[in-house]
Amino acid sequence: MQRRTRVTAAALTAAGLLAVTACGGDDDTSTGGGEGGDGGRGDITIWYSNNEAEVAWGEQMVEAWNAEHPDEQIEAQEIPAGASSEEVIGAAITAGNAPCLIFNTAPVAVPDFERQGGLVSLSGFDDGASYIEERSGDVAEQYKSENGEYFQLPWKSNPVMIFYNKDMFAAAGLDPENPPLSTYDEFLQTARTLVSSGAAPRAIWPAPTSEFFQSWFDFYPLYAAETGGTPLIEDGEATFDDDAGTAVAEFWKTLYDEDLASREAYQGDSFADGQAAMAIVGPWAISVYGENVNWGAVPVPTSAGTPAEETYTFSDAKNIGLYTSCENQATAWDVLKFATSEEQDGLLLEMTGQMPIRQDLPGTYPDYFAANPAYEQFGDQAARTVEVPNVTNSVAIWQAFRDAWSQSVIFGEGDVQESLQGAADEIDGLAGQS
Amino acid sequence: MTVVHAEPRAGGADPSPARRRRSSRWTGLLGRNPAGLLFSAPYLAFVLVVFAFPLGFAVWISFHDYFFAAPGADVDRPFVGLDNYTAVLSDPDVRRSFVNIGIFLIINVPLTVVLSLVLAALLNQVVRGRVFLRVSFYVPYVTASVAVVGVWLFLFSGDGLVNEVLGPLAPDPPWLINSFWAMPSIAFFVTWKQLGFYILLYLAALQNVPRELYEAAATDGAGRLRTFWSVTVPAVRPATVLVVLLSTIIGANLFTEPYLLTGGGGPNGASASPVLIMYQRGIEQGTPGVAAAIGVILVVLVLLVAWLQRRFVGGES
Repeated sequence: MQRRTRVTAAALTAAGLLAVTACGGDDDTSTGGGEGGDGGRGDITIWYSNNEAEVAWGEQMVEAWNAEHPDEQIEAQEIPAGASSEEVIGAAITAGNAPCLIFNTAPVAVPDFERQGGLVSLSGFDDGASYIEERSGDVAEQYKSENGEYFQLPWKSNPVMIFYNKDMFAAAGLDPENPPLSTYDEFLQTARTLVSSGAAPRAIWPAPTSEFFQSWFDFYPLYAAETGGTPLIEDGEATFDDDAGTAVAEFWKTLYDEDLASREAYQGDSFADGQAAMAIVGPWAISVYGENVNWGAVPVPTSAGTPAEETYTFSDAKNIGLYTSCENQATAWDVLKFATSEEQDGLLLEMTGQMPIRQDLPGTYPDYFAANPAYEQFGDQAARTVEVPNVTNSVAIWQAFRDAWSQSVIFGEGDVQESLQGAADEIDGLAGQS
Repeated sequence: MTVVHAEPRAGGADPSPARRRRSSRWTGLLGRNPAGLLFSAPYLAFVLVVFAFPLGFAVWISFHDYFFAAPGADVDRPFVGLDNYTAVLSDPDVRRSFVNIGIFLIINVPLTVVLSLVLAALLNQVVRGRVFLRVSFYVPYVTASVAVVGVWLFLFSGDGLVNEVLGPLAPDPPWLINSFWAMPSIAFFVTWKQLGFYILLYLAALQNVPRELYEAAATDGAGRLRTFWSVTVPAVRPATVLVVLLSTIIGANLFTEPYLLTGGGGPNGASASPVLIMYQRGIEQGTPGVAAAIGVILVVLVLLVAWLQRRFVGGES
């Protein structure tokens, strides 16, 4: 090696080491997961979702606040585009440029954001915990972090139900007003009738892909219903390796084995495109399907056929987080309360059709539900929802479950019970890690 | 006795030994033409910032229980030795992803070399429609994968065009959800999509093959196949080395296709690639230490494969 080459190599190595050393030196100040309550006042920035209805709601909310608070203005924008909102927010936390409030914080990501030191504990505000609990009631408990504090404000849910195409049901000779979809046996028989009659190419078509969140729209709603509201993890241990979990898995496996549900991913919305007679979705879909599909909705099935007023489902909630990069946290907390006030919640319901996570929703907004009967059952269902567990390694846990589900239920490889047991063991290990 | 006096150099006094040493040191450090360093500095900075620093950082992360945190957050990132590597090597999903990428490369690299060389040789001889054909082969390469993936999803679905044509010969389950066919399908897709770029490389190389070689081969009575094998193939060997290395490196970084075409590496991880697993572990699941360990192993393996390829394909070139 020539001397010049050696010198250059040494310089490169030194620069690399310097850079690497510099990277390790930024971790010795403040606390992970900030404490709220002592922030300043002034202008703040917020992000909200980029769908049309929520943008409209966000704009009017910001306008209403800014009109009353000239010294504490909100600057709002849609959440920047990315592979997912969670990745964008995670990157913003790491870069230190997250806004004060994000009105699209997924509960599954909250434990990671908290671990990153990106979220402010709302329990740190004097009226933090009491405000959340008074607004949301018992449901709020599911959104507490492992240390008992709130790092997210439960904002709105989209309790998922079975949407069905009335025209397809009628074409198959089924009663479109009272479809037999209450028990697993009824559901399976109805599915067979729909496909064998040629009324629908597939009975139902949930995404069969491997993303961690897909189980929220096949397994989890039915498991919540079958167990009367049991989450995936309780007291640090997986719950689904029991008879209820096996029953749900066998139900779905039958749908796949008999080709009533497709193992292939559909490009688009299979329900809207008339490729499936049923779908598992929340009330946001009402405005999407609108007049294009003659739809009805019923609660998800259970093995024994639980009455609608007792049936649980997955919440599909999106919450609000207050981020540690925010300088004017006192203002942000006030904005948060303003945006989730009874008036703003009513406007959210009216403009987006999504359910504010608020106690006695039908009783609070009787006029809205009277004028929009299609939403009434979703308003009622919102009181019986199950959230993703607020535990460490939440995404890894759901991915482990999805992998097992994909293998044994969707693609029918191996024994279902053994597969669920294996996933439960893995999840117990992940949930036990600090 | 003869005394020899050194003649002073023109234009100045004789430099002292210390000054000569200093001058020699600067020459050693900066070279005889320091201006060259100035010109190469931007690229050097680019390499340091975009390649050397992230690579060094990734190696550092792989030995720590690292996670991304807010600036100023008090987080513990202890040194964990080889724990991340142990976790990675004992993870069946990760091991399978390396097997998958091996299958991919075994299909993709030879197919890329053969098809691009043959097509380039043919395109080189075509007179009419040359530009049209070249653009046609290049269009998939410059089209966004997301858009092209959508087309392939329709083509290779259960009731897609390919299965319609194949009829009873179509695989069941269909290509993209078939454990056996998922990875080869991705390999075919990537080969098709990248082909235009490699054809261009070969076309450039073909311009430098001396015409005399072809004339000599013709004089010796060589047919078209013999000429291709004995003249064209050896003459473009440097380009072949480049194509092999590039297709290996690009192929080893496979992500978009298993992410989109097979819905996250499905079915059952049959098409999961190491980079897809890195994304899941590092970005989605918040364990960059594990992801970095996968990345380091991947870099080492790719370097090893590239070295072997250079040695066996490159010959003496």
